[in-house]
Amino acid sequence: MRLATALALCLPLSLSAGLATAQEADPHAGHAGHEAPAAPDPHAGHEGHVMPEPAPEAPPAAADSGPEHAADRVYGQAAMDAARETLFGEHGHARYSMLLLETAEYRPRPGGDGYGWEGQFWYGGDIDRLVLKSQGEGSFHGGLDQAEAQALYSRAIGPYFNLQAGVRQDFARGPDRTYAVVGVEGLAPYWFEVNAHAFVSDKGDVTARLEGSYDLRVTQRLILEPRAELNLAAQDVRELGVGSGLSSGEFGLRLRYAFRPEFAPYVGLLHEARFGRTADFARAAGAGAHDTRVVVGLRAWF
Amino acid sequence: MTHVHRRGLLRGFGALGGAAVLSGLLPGWAQSATPGLSTLPILSGEDIALRIGHAQMRVDGRDGHAVAINGTIPGPLLRLKEGQHVRIAVSNTLDEDTSLHWHGLLTPDVMDGVPGLSFPGIKPGETFVYDFPIRQAGTYWYHSHSGVQEMMGVYAPIVIDPAGADPVGYDREHVVVLSDFSRTHPHKLLTRLKQQPGYFNMQKQTFAGLLAGRDQALKERLAWGAMRMDPTDIADVTASAYTYLVNGHGPQDNWTALFQPGERVRLRFVNAAGMTFFNVRIPGLALSVVQADGQNVIPVEVDEFQIAPAETYDVIVTPTEDRAYTLVAESIDRSGMGMATLAPRPGMTAEVPPLRRRPLLTMKDMGMGGMAGMEHAGHDMPGGHSMAMRDPKNAPGVKMGPGVQMIAPMPQDRTGDPGVGLDGIGHRTLSYKALVALDPNPDSRPPSREVEIHLTGNMERFMWSFDGEIFGPNKKPIAFERNERVRVTLVNDSMMPHPIHLHGHFFEVVTGAVGRHPRKHTVVVQPGGKMSFDLTADAPGDWAFHCHMLLHMHAGMFAVVKVRPLDGEAA
Repeated sequence: MRLATALALCLPLSLSAGLATAQEADPHAGHAGHEAPAAPDPHAGHEGHVMPEPAPEAPPAAADSGPEHAADRVYGQAAMDAARETLFGEHGHARYSMLLLETAEYRPRPGGDGYGWEGQFWYGGDIDRLVLKSQGEGSFHGGLDQAEAQALYSRAIGPYFNLQAGVRQDFARGPDRTYAVVGVEGLAPYWFEVNAHAFVSDKGDVTARLEGSYDLRVTQRLILEPRAELNLAAQDVRELGVGSGLSSGEFGLRLRYAFRPEFAPYVGLLHEARFGRTADFARAAGAGAHDTRVVVGLRAWF
Repeated sequence: MTHVHRRGLLRGFGALGGAAVLSGLLPGWAQSATPGLSTLPILSGEDIALRIGHAQMRVDGRDGHAVAINGTIPGPLLRLKEGQHVRIAVSNTLDEDTSLHWHGLLTPDVMDGVPGLSFPGIKPGETFVYDFPIRQAGTYWYHSHSGVQEMMGVYAPIVIDPAGADPVGYDREHVVVLSDFSRTHPHKLLTRLKQQPGYFNMQKQTFAGLLAGRDQALKERLAWGAMRMDPTDIADVTASAYTYLVNGHGPQDNWTALFQPGERVRLRFVNAAGMTFFNVRIPGLALSVVQADGQNVIPVEVDEFQIAPAETYDVIVTPTEDRAYTLVAESIDRSGMGMATLAPRPGMTAEVPPLRRRPLLTMKDMGMGGMAGMEHAGHDMPGGHSMAMRDPKNAPGVKMGPGVQMIAPMPQDRTGDPGVGLDGIGHRTLSYKALVALDPNPDSRPPSREVEIHLTGNMERFMWSFDGEIFGPNKKPIAFERNERVRVTLVNDSMMPHPIHLHGHFFEVVTGAVGRHPRKHTVVVQPGGKMSFDLTADAPGDWAFHCHMLLHMHAGMFAVVKVRPLDGEAA
């Protein structure tokens, strides 16, 4: 305990000396509450018992005195302004981008093999981003069945969710509608990726789409991904074969192997379902209401 | 796990042969099988010339692009003497601006080397002369503060001998610079983390692990899932992208430091890694820690210590046996390790311990204190203190937004903790509370006020900031009056430890050893924890204050500390 003894002997002296200096140097009497503390506890180890606890306070006025940028006085404002721009740019203001193909798949079937895709590209900073999305499907002999592209402005509105708004254009078989889009996407509790978007077409039709997916990590590289999409409509849209209410759904179960996180081939099952009046329309057109297929594809991003 | 192969490689190669291959890229002091610092060429004196340029770096037999000081990685060791003056002319042969910052050195503000803050930077083709007195002794380092050059190789150690007798007695010394090297450009690393924050983590919890009874039980996994928190998110960039280096040598390169049995060998550890905390140990040898961040401490003996990016520790080992020892620098997430050998003769090797199982984060790392379970989450504590995971009332100074994933509801003082994964490891570990300054702290005034700063982030978006606000033209500087004595309390509202570095000053880490608090330039705030330091703001000017995990800094975890009045100005 030689150290403790030495401390007990020398600290009171240096404390009072230091405090005297401080008071001389400090023109702001706001901190006068500090008496020289009592001799420190020789059994040091209990902070707060020795020193008075300081209180949160605004800085003294002198802390804001003088030039805004100290180095300008030596190197000149012009040179420093340019360097400051770089400093700001390198610490939190970069832009990033990502091209993500969530599914790009081949759908073999006896009546004619098909294909499908869903993906997006984003560009921007932490808060504001431009998002381009596309999804669609078709068959190799019959061409595109349905396809759409969206251009959205995305803004982070919380730690996990983004608000999105923009336009959607359909292009494929049938009338090519244009829609206004608004929705949210993000990460829900329990690590569910969720999307909810509403669409208003140039004909005034209102529809909505809910999507959810989950990555069940079997091993570090083997991932089972259940994925669901539900489409809803506020009214019948007969030209598109859509009935009001819950109109259609898509349920996928894909098992992928991530050779790299950004390169993961998969196999899976895809079930497409039409419900209610939408199913009726489909049957009237000679198609089925339900369809299950094997899919083989690639999830990839850059 | 490349390290298991290195012995085979060495048998066919010879440690000295390997060193010869590498010698073109390594400064003398960092070459393998060295007898010690004192006999090797180093840069010293009052006039020093350094050149920053592109380089190819060979690690474990593979080349990668790098940026280097005087063509070597690490750069040349500067060996200086307390009380001397130094003029360091730094030439830029790159096609972008560069700079050198003297980490831990008390220089005038305009010599500190942060472009856009302390000087304009060094343009391509230009030479800038740093000119300052050496006011201190100890182990330090220097590195670029421009772009991502530090992560690409622009770092090197500084050893300053004391003006008087060195209180640390030793027969031989080696500098041990730890770092992380990636063949992927640092910008790409950051982009990957923005795209997919868990990109580099190959040790996540799995369903197979659940079935095998590994890691968290189902109930706990669900509870953590409900909070969208990943207990395996320990390191952002891991061995899946990094090779961990000791003095520029990969694990297979096996850097070797020589000793003679019975000698007191001083190892000057510098963590120059961009993103990696290391657990350092030398199985078979006790580590007597004698210095932290260049400041002497009362020797404290441990078996292992965790060192954060930008920290330095000086350690005395006394190997008495005529045998080799393996120096292990295991990354905090235990995905890989840097390695070296201490040996009486070149070409020797010792057993390499296997990587240990990666730890899991706990509720304590979420700032839920010593709470045993989840049942209390979301409930209010008596006295109006909320236990919710993200209650703005618990941090009125924080700007809430997408970049703030959590506010630690009950942050504890964790200066007595050894660091993530080292609790209950079964042997002696180091904590800040174990560090006691050898000399009394120079300023014994009690702090006149307290400033609280929150370390905020969102692991899901890879956003990092102070008080919820990234650096930028509108971020208010942290203002101190010259010579005022302030207590700065750092609250970590994230599940990652952050090494926070203040330029131009030493501060006293409040550990309870009043009057003998350890003085540091970089301090780790443990996950969900808090710590305080007492600062005498005695260096007028503008100073950088930032997280030294460089991708966190580049994401915005950076602020300016301004100290006024400047020289020649009235208060």
